[in-house]
Amino acid sequence: MTGGGPMIRVVLPAHLRTLARVDGEVELRVDGEVTQRAVLDTLEARYPVLRGTIRGHDGGPRRAFVRFFACEQDLSHESPDAPLPAAVATGAEPYLIVGAMAGG
Amino acid sequence: MSRVRVLVGTRKGAFVLQADGKRDRWDVTGPFFPGWEIYHVAGSAAEPDRLFASQSSGWFGQVVQRSDDGGATWEAVGNEFKYEGATGTHQWYDGTPHPWEFARVWHLEPAPDDPDTVYAGVEDAGLFKSTDGGQHWAELPGLRTHRSGPSWQPGAGGMCLHTIILDPAHPGRMFAAISAAGAFRSDDAGQTWQPVNRGLRSEGIPDEDAEVGHCVHRLAMHPSRPEVLYMQKHWDVMRTDDAGGSWHEISGNLPTDFGFPIGVHSHEPDTVYVVPITSDSHHFPPEGKLRVYRSRTGGDDWEALTRGLPQEHCYVNVLRDAMAVDSLEDCGIYFGTTGGQVYASADAGDSWAPIVRDLPAVLSVEVQTLS
Repeated sequence: MTGGGPMIRVVLPAHLRTLARVDGEVELRVDGEVTQRAVLDTLEARYPVLRGTIRGHDGGPRRAFVRFFACEQDLSHESPDAPLPAAVATGAEPYLIVGAMAGG
Repeated sequence: MSRVRVLVGTRKGAFVLQADGKRDRWDVTGPFFPGWEIYHVAGSAAEPDRLFASQSSGWFGQVVQRSDDGGATWEAVGNEFKYEGATGTHQWYDGTPHPWEFARVWHLEPAPDDPDTVYAGVEDAGLFKSTDGGQHWAELPGLRTHRSGPSWQPGAGGMCLHTIILDPAHPGRMFAAISAAGAFRSDDAGQTWQPVNRGLRSEGIPDEDAEVGHCVHRLAMHPSRPEVLYMQKHWDVMRTDDAGGSWHEISGNLPTDFGFPIGVHSHEPDTVYVVPITSDSHHFPPEGKLRVYRSRTGGDDWEALTRGLPQEHCYVNVLRDAMAVDSLEDCGIYFGTTGGQVYASADAGDSWAPIVRDLPAVLSVEVQTLS
């Protein structure tokens, strides 16, 4: 962790929590503007095992069955460089990484 | 006393089954990586406690796991499989060009003499190699970029490189098989490749005798006679006596020559095993009877092995990577089913018993013989 900004809260899907060996929410301090790309870059730097599981390697596109939510909004189709809602940037609300529902 | 470790990949995790040389009492551990598809788990002959597992998910993509203590603990290693250079195209199901896209690792083949070297066969068909224990992967692009590559088409299960055989007698010689392109051989450690499909005939493709386009399901070799390869093709069980120069059919008296796995007895290079499956539209055994067929003559003459296997109401499948042989004096044979059973025979197939009955659908079975 670097910088002095607020802690960003990230909720991973269960399989990725297991892979990263974390329980509950992940807290990250993100340098600069809090965008989806900045959050994911910071997350992958902390947990390299997650590289390639949420988006392509080297910051590639989101995997098709992974979605991004925050503040009751679906951010999956937003630009990765758009600022996240202020409530996420201040840590009031978590940034949710979600495995799309499937099955029957 | 020698013992065996059976490595099982399933639709929902990996399992490790261990027994002493009698192979009658089993210790079962797992699931490892529960909820993930484990296409293959393989051990290093050079360092038997080193295992590699291909872990994948439609949601989260590919992970490769490595254990250095025989499967007790695991660490994720490298998972970036990037095709080398221009990606190019193969044919899509509708005949249009389709760019190569990495989907998953189907098969891991550790080098027999170096615990840090391991090959990976992937979908879309490509061959990768790691020389640092799986941390980094580099493609051997000569196979994917073979001049026939743009004409390759996926089978129903995807265009997977599912079989890798390293020839122990000829350094640099290796074989690979791809659904539905065919079999290929390299004589220069994977730099260049040639199709080795002469003699294969596949009804249903435009040219039945084409150089590529054959749906090879599995190859098997006995290390003492590496010029002989056995093949379970989509239809037909085949054999070559000249390292793929030409193939001839050995289906003989099998009740059906459709199937997926094929294996060779560890001490008898003429003793071959297949599991006949009714057809490509009925992926279950004929007559609801699960029978392994054994030939002791290198093919053509086959006997049904049924003792201990269900002989009624059995409608499971046995997938291509789901049969293995150990190298104990009394050769053990193992196979797993899509119904979650793993069967073992400690007497070369004469009799069978389930090790486990209720796993998720089994994708792969390997066995290590440990001293």
